[in-house]
Amino acid sequence: MEQVIANGLYLGAQYALIALGLTLIFALMNVLNFAHGQMYVLGGFVTYTIYGQLKLPFVLALICSGVTLAIVGALMEKFLFRTVIRRSKREESTMLLAAATAFFLDAIMLLLFGEKQRGVPKIISGVFVSDRVILPYDRIVVGVVAILMIAAFMLFMQYSKPGRAMRALAQDRVAAQLMGVKVERYSMIGFALGAMLAGVVGGLLVSITGVNSGIGGPISIKAFLMVMIGGAGVVGGAIAGGFILGMMESVGLATLREYGDITYLVIFALLMIFLSIRPHGLMGKPWG
Amino acid sequence: MGSEMINRRSTLKSLALGAVSLLAIAASGMSSAQAENKELKIGFVGVTSGPAAAWGTSNVRSMQTRADWLNEMGGVKIGDDTYNIEIVTFDDQKDPKRAIAGMEKMAQEGIHYVVGPNVDDGAAAVRPVAESKGIIYFPYAFPKALYTPPASNAVLGMVANYQSGPAIYKYLKENKGVKKVAFIAANESDPLSQRDSGVAAAKELGLEVVAEKDTYQNDTRDFTPVLTPIVQLKPDLLVLSGVAPANAPLLIRAARELGYEGLISAETAQDATVLQEGAGELANGFISVGGASTPEIRTPVMEEFIKRYTDKFGEYNDESNTKVYALEYIIETLKANPKAIDDVEEFKKTAETFSAPNPFAKDKTLKYVGTSSFGQKRQLSVPMVVTEFKDGEFKTLFVGEVD
Repeated sequence: MEQVIANGLYLGAQYALIALGLTLIFALMNVLNFAHGQMYVLGGFVTYTIYGQLKLPFVLALICSGVTLAIVGALMEKFLFRTVIRRSKREESTMLLAAATAFFLDAIMLLLFGEKQRGVPKIISGVFVSDRVILPYDRIVVGVVAILMIAAFMLFMQYSKPGRAMRALAQDRVAAQLMGVKVERYSMIGFALGAMLAGVVGGLLVSITGVNSGIGGPISIKAFLMVMIGGAGVVGGAIAGGFILGMMESVGLATLREYGDITYLVIFALLMIFLSIRPHGLMGKPWG
Repeated sequence: MGSEMINRRSTLKSLALGAVSLLAIAASGMSSAQAENKELKIGFVGVTSGPAAAWGTSNVRSMQTRADWLNEMGGVKIGDDTYNIEIVTFDDQKDPKRAIAGMEKMAQEGIHYVVGPNVDDGAAAVRPVAESKGIIYFPYAFPKALYTPPASNAVLGMVANYQSGPAIYKYLKENKGVKKVAFIAANESDPLSQRDSGVAAAKELGLEVVAEKDTYQNDTRDFTPVLTPIVQLKPDLLVLSGVAPANAPLLIRAARELGYEGLISAETAQDATVLQEGAGELANGFISVGGASTPEIRTPVMEEFIKRYTDKFGEYNDESNTKVYALEYIIETLKANPKAIDDVEEFKKTAETFSAPNPFAKDKTLKYVGTSSFGQKRQLSVPMVVTEFKDGEFKTLFVGEVD
């Protein structure tokens, strides 16, 4: 059982980190970013290239993944989403744009990085073995880094000026604008930050799970699942959603294995029941 | 100043005229050379995007590499005519509905020979279109109904797991002392059907199957939770049924990191680079049907193919060791019976007796097989090379053949 809990906590930490960027973008701009998984994949490929191919330090690769995705996110917000939001009154326009961006990034990455699964050397070798739990050291490191990043992100949102501005935007866009918050600037910063989180977690996890150009879509779906559980647009909700999904997966796979692959069937059934009772998720209300 | 400019302008004009003339001459030369050759379109309908993109991409790239090579050598002589090969591709995104649309597109283009689809449901879905439009197709999917009478338009492009599985388990039982086996498969039709036939084969050999219901979502990235309960059962052999090349290193790594010390095998072709990058030395000892070519049995033609593929696409894919064969079979069969170029019934007749030297493997023959499994010759004979992964390379364990 201890192993199952350890697996669940580790999965939860990485899931929460994946969901954070998605929920941030949704909170700030009301955009369902279907390309979030593709951004994760791009971050993975940047780390793969710098750490795996060029043999430069992993930390540097991780920073490059974050910076690259922040730039990509900022450009996407400035030239794509901002334009569409300004010109279209229909919310689905941004959804279509996000979906198109996802397909575009998929195709670009397939061309640039090929169809194969890519992996990098382990960042730290060895396995922690006790009577009850077996955990490779690199997973422990990645899990701890993920938790530290979540904490840093929450502190940034809580206490920094941009963080406060973004929370104000998420709470009430018009009121924030009237109070002097530069909406366009902080929307761009928020989108860049969300993309950066996706890139960093992609880079972080490439050392464990590798990366391939086709996994963006499934990762987006899983991230949406976590956000739905926790409540769209709520940072705490994304974190809770990530840990709940990770734990449900771990426990389900350990206890339901005799019945075939019904873990996700059960998770989805529970989610349907849960959403019919709490359609806004666990913490589903505007940010703040 | 003015005359200088005029001179410069006239010089530039002359250069431009010269360049245009050269291009025109080259173009007319090329078009006259091309005009001598007819065009033979061969189709591909399969998955070249998404998580399973590697399966179809290795098909397409193999076909394009070989077609370019043949065209460069002046084309292919079939009967009295010489043809340039054109590969027409369609990405079905692993969606049976799109596979049908793809096969219909091939029919509209007058194509009679199509490689693919890559998965069971796609291959089953295109059957009515292929049969009604006179298309012979070469799936990389294992349902026997596709190849067994009354079906007659599908030709299996590789060795099926129900053909390689028993051979592998028998070898491991006799040579490595395997007694307890655990199976794990993705929750999709191909891997599940491969798992079921694998379980049946293992039981028939008298092996104890300790896990046969464990599955995972194909998009799983972390396999530790999936493998934790299986590793605790301590099987001698862990079979990764129908495992995609992207998932194999992740499964192997997770199993080894959880302390699993037994053997791991798969009946699907894998890629050495992917295994090395994803699992490193943890993948040592992994047994798979490693594509229909290893350095020991390769001919110079195969070596040249690998070189051309690598030059063209930057990196070789070991799956292409098998995928290179379909186009070769199509062309060689058409050479043997030129009437088959527009008439697939002629192709079916020729398949019964067809035989040609195998350009890619030493001492092997191109021929249609499958009588034992399907009751008719609806399978390409490709070498069944069972390999063991060791330090970044596949080492041959044994080479078999399907009858």
